[in-house]
Amino acid sequence: MAKVDMFQSHDYMLLDELISDENLMARDAIRDWVKQEVSPIIEDSAQKHEMSLKILKELGDIGAYGPNIPVEYGGGGMDEIGYGVIMQELERGDSGVRSMASVQTSLVMYPINRYGSEEQKKKYLPKLSTGEWIGCFGLTEPDFGSNPGGMVTNYVDDGDAYILNGAKMWITNSPIADIGVVWAKGEDGKVRGLIVEKGMKGFTAPEIENKWSLRTSVTGEMIFEDVRVPKENLLPGVQGLRGPLSCLNKARYGIAWGAVGAAMDCYDTALRYSKERIQFGKPIGQFQLQQKKLAEMITEITKAQLLVWRVGTLLNEGKATPAHISMAKRNNVEFALKIARDARQVLGAMGITGEFPIMRHMMNLESVITYEGTHDVHLLITGMDITGLNAFE
Amino acid sequence: MNLLVCISKTPDTTARIAFKDDFTKFDEGGIQFIMNPFDEFYSLVRAIELKEKFGGTVTVLNVGEPANDIVIRKALAIGADKAVRINTAPTSAFSVAKQIAEYAKDKNFDIVFFGKETIDYNGGEVAGMVAAMMDLPFVNLASSLEVDGAIGKLNRDIEGGVEKVEVGIPFIVSTAKGMAEQRIPNMRGIMMAKRKPLEVVEPVDTVDNIEIVKYELPKEKSGVKLVDADNIDELVRLLHEEAKVI
Repeated sequence: MAKVDMFQSHDYMLLDELISDENLMARDAIRDWVKQEVSPIIEDSAQKHEMSLKILKELGDIGAYGPNIPVEYGGGGMDEIGYGVIMQELERGDSGVRSMASVQTSLVMYPINRYGSEEQKKKYLPKLSTGEWIGCFGLTEPDFGSNPGGMVTNYVDDGDAYILNGAKMWITNSPIADIGVVWAKGEDGKVRGLIVEKGMKGFTAPEIENKWSLRTSVTGEMIFEDVRVPKENLLPGVQGLRGPLSCLNKARYGIAWGAVGAAMDCYDTALRYSKERIQFGKPIGQFQLQQKKLAEMITEITKAQLLVWRVGTLLNEGKATPAHISMAKRNNVEFALKIARDARQVLGAMGITGEFPIMRHMMNLESVITYEGTHDVHLLITGMDITGLNAFE
Repeated sequence: MNLLVCISKTPDTTARIAFKDDFTKFDEGGIQFIMNPFDEFYSLVRAIELKEKFGGTVTVLNVGEPANDIVIRKALAIGADKAVRINTAPTSAFSVAKQIAEYAKDKNFDIVFFGKETIDYNGGEVAGMVAAMMDLPFVNLASSLEVDGAIGKLNRDIEGGVEKVEVGIPFIVSTAKGMAEQRIPNMRGIMMAKRKPLEVVEPVDTVDNIEIVKYELPKEKSGVKLVDADNIDELVRLLHEEAKVI
């Protein structure tokens, strides 16, 4: 049954004053859209482990695909804070919905815009921005997750095309995608990006089923068996791991904002419940142990908001480093997950039901803390940044 | 078509209402403001739909100070073509109507739209006053509007049925539920709104013909008393002695 989304925004430190009027308008528009289109169906969608094709298309209509891509290619021309607030509001609804927009924007449109030829930009970006085409990003492999440089997917020169072989795993949207930006090693051992299109002979994308997380988003494999990819589908502007890692930087930044959204929804739910649930003759929000949980939640949310605002500002100024973004992603997702667990406790047994969004957020965040660089890998990125010593070698 | 949509800025529907200066002024501190929902959902969207069907221009007009520009930009993001702000704080329905009528009188608007009321003071007076000042026909509380040549065909929901009205263009309309559905601005619309014209017009001299003496807040709701289902005598006593309804 569709439920009314009671969410109210919490801005404890008046941080809205740091955000431009147009970005606040964008945030409020996405919030309205989530309340209208996502909240009424998302619990049912998660329970049934079904992705909503309607939501997938409407994300294009509302402008959530490529908001920070130039207008001339169908993007929104927004700045990085604008992209961030959109991701926050989408994940306030559901991490699976945010993941669709993250992948399309940061992992598919961004590399085509940054590293693609003019012909590639004109061919792919406008259709990706409207949602007419859905994209996916192939980097992780069954045996190479945190160590993408070890990838075995490869291509060899064959006249007017490259012959692609290998397999990718844990790929958001791959079973439904029209195109995939696939990272593979050439004969020189260097990693390059290839745009693979649905229907190319030898390319299949089976779905990974029975996930307990991101159940509203489809995840799959990408299998390449002698796939002939036309040479014009090679991204000309980058080689080496720098290419895919720059995409992940963009996506991780959006995830850091998204985690704030999930945390806000859990906090808002727990706060409201604590004022309505009566035990021992008074609202449970009057008990000190519940107040401790709620006070810690809003404190961590406020810190997380400041962190993403600062990283977004640095990105706009061209000063954000991958280590800055890594810290924001790790911190915000870790605390979002802790907030989800604490919020679940405030709700007691009700917290495990689909009547409330908390358990869904909690299960989603178990993926979010793992994908786009695991929590541990991000700790080591910060560790390397501050010590100058590389724990990966 | 040349369409004018008059929009107000109102407190958000979830805002906590408070007054200051001995309950003579609304306290705007900490209040989130929005476009009056009747203006946004019904007037503005229907005007944009008519423009999409027949071509033309949708102008939005607000009487207010510079802080209102964010609300005006939202109207542009949703799809209005240009905006005008008459640069004065709205102090009464009469003075606001006067500003609008003075601005609109020589602009040849085909239809001037108002929401049926603003959700702050709930006056619902400005549209009728503007119609009188401009000597134009006025259809109040319209739930649908179609245009057929030089004729506007409107429905008004009335007790037990619908009243169908036809009126020659130009006219003034106040819009109610049913007129249109909310449109959420998309990201491209929000970015384009920055580049659309927002003209600031200085006000004409007006007087307020009413004075607000004082505001009062409704009494706070008291807690719920639960009476045991078997204790009817106690229920009757409470209804009689405390609630004083029987």
